[in-house]
Amino acid sequence: MAAPFLPKPSLQKPAAHGPLLYRRPVLALLLLLVPPLLWLGVLYLGSLLGLLVYSLYSIDDFTGQVGNVLTLDTLKSLFTAPSNVDVIVRTVLMALIVTLACAVIAFPVAYFVAFHTRGPRKALWVLLITLPLWASYLVRVYAWRLILAQEGVISWVTAKLHLSWLLDEVLRLPVLGGPSLSSSYLGMFLVFVYVWLPFMILPIQAALERVPRSLIQASADLGARPAQTFRRVILPLAVPGVAAGSVFTFSLTLGDYIIPGVVGAPGFFIGQMVYTQQGTAGNLPLAAAFSLVPIVIVGVYLALARKAGAFDAL
Amino acid sequence: MTATLTPPSIPSLAVELRGLVCTFGTVKSGTVKSGTVKFGTVNAVDHVDLEIRAGEFYSLLGPSGSGKTTCLRLIGGFERPTAGQIRLFGQDVTGQPPYARDVNTVFQDYALFPHMSVLDNVAYALTVRGVDKATRNKRAGELLELVKLSAFASRRPAQLSGGQRQRVALARALVNTPKLLLLDEPLGALDLKLREAMQTELRSIQQSLGITFIYVTHDQGEVLSMSDRVAVFRDGRIEQEGTPQDLYEYPRTAFVADFVGGANVLPGALVGRVGGRFALRPERVEVSADGPGLNASITSVHYLGAQTRLELDANGVSIHALIASSRKFTPGQTVNLRWDAADLRPLED
Repeated sequence: MAAPFLPKPSLQKPAAHGPLLYRRPVLALLLLLVPPLLWLGVLYLGSLLGLLVYSLYSIDDFTGQVGNVLTLDTLKSLFTAPSNVDVIVRTVLMALIVTLACAVIAFPVAYFVAFHTRGPRKALWVLLITLPLWASYLVRVYAWRLILAQEGVISWVTAKLHLSWLLDEVLRLPVLGGPSLSSSYLGMFLVFVYVWLPFMILPIQAALERVPRSLIQASADLGARPAQTFRRVILPLAVPGVAAGSVFTFSLTLGDYIIPGVVGAPGFFIGQMVYTQQGTAGNLPLAAAFSLVPIVIVGVYLALARKAGAFDAL
Repeated sequence: MTATLTPPSIPSLAVELRGLVCTFGTVKSGTVKSGTVKFGTVNAVDHVDLEIRAGEFYSLLGPSGSGKTTCLRLIGGFERPTAGQIRLFGQDVTGQPPYARDVNTVFQDYALFPHMSVLDNVAYALTVRGVDKATRNKRAGELLELVKLSAFASRRPAQLSGGQRQRVALARALVNTPKLLLLDEPLGALDLKLREAMQTELRSIQQSLGITFIYVTHDQGEVLSMSDRVAVFRDGRIEQEGTPQDLYEYPRTAFVADFVGGANVLPGALVGRVGGRFALRPERVEVSADGPGLNASITSVHYLGAQTRLELDANGVSIHALIASSRKFTPGQTVNLRWDAADLRPLED
């Protein structure tokens, strides 16, 4: 957006007098926009484009060198090699479930902060919600590993409560379970939900803050019970916030390569795949192809959300 | 329950407010005692008694902060009274939520649902009551016709002008044919021309539907032209109640005299009476360059079009007068003021 003090760039004849930047508003706008555009365009979009281009090459299985012929083989292998498909399905499923859980947990919190707190108390709540973000992400993930470990806090507490049998039952569940919470998908899920929750709460809260109170009063005035007001007015107006929050939690889970390494069952996630392919394995084209997966999925998700009317209230 | 103690209801009354109090802020200890304003609290509505007859166009008039809007919100159920009773059509609704009251509101900011079409907005009251789609769309269509917006049914509120949104809000509030409609400064955001057109429209809709309207505004001109009766609010209390003519011709207090039509409030000594204060309408002050009367000097002249307002100084008391613009006066000029003794209205202190 143009700075508010600048006259709107228009097709009018430039003024004859006055400072140069006042006479040529387009020039002022360009000066303001060029540095961020360079940053975004070259460094950010440029490297994304580079990724895309890299994924169009493939590695020579024999020499380990990247060939110089454009090919779709690498991208195809994402969907043909069973191990690659496994990685994608595992990551996308985890991201979906984490997003869903975050939304379900975040909504009541956001609702409470938006509608039932004000002034310094609201600030305090927002502070408390963002407080975990102050500590290093790595520290928190390793802390969770200790909490979830076989001799960790959770098993200690369950033992004290004589509930070890319950924990054992949970760990015996197929897929979710494992030898201990810290090496199970359930444990990984808990850590993901904990780590990304603030990113879901804040956008929903922001969306709810923007709902004028008079709309809620108007709904009640027209005969809607509180549950109807929630479903027909509050929820639809909060959907853009849920969509924004879910883009955060979904794409952060899709791309994360630390948590699946520190906590959870064996089995690669997309982020780890990118990390190892571009590092030890030296297969840059495959790493590039894998990093395109989250981008495409989030793009499709946003298009679907838009089609479903998630952003109509914006 | 108090319901058993109250006399049988009179159906001709739409609204009865009895000793209504609404306190904002924190009450330090115990309950609010009648008539007292405790530290840290404000009685936004302070012991209001009011009776509004069915079918009336009733206005609550007052400056901002006078309690008129709070009073309306109490009737709608958006605020809870600290004390007192609210009866609608003979029924005690004091403890009931808005959705249980047979009342609809046109909000000051219109409060249209931004994610719904105009038609869905108007049909909302029917939707939440489970009316089937064909019936509710037909009824909403009729209301849109009433407010002359049929062509805009599929638009979003954001695509409408202020005046159109105002009419959608009106149609939405009327769709369920409420017995009582509350209007909270509904014309405040419109320009003068549109406001005058809407005043006429509101009045004719009210008369053709026979619905009781309660209208909140700070614009006394609006009130005089539309209302059957008016209550003038000041500091949470009703200062005076009556027909527009009553209020304009016979203000009982200096506040009403000044707020409704901007009358002069003059000390008795100045106008040849013993003590007390008197109201004198500026258009009843006769100004002449010579002849008998009260001596005054013109401090300023404001041209208003058809009329001109003169600010005058008579023995240190400021008076204003409205005169035909065809007559010319200049600031600093000394003039004589006269009036009919019958136009002097004694005021309570």
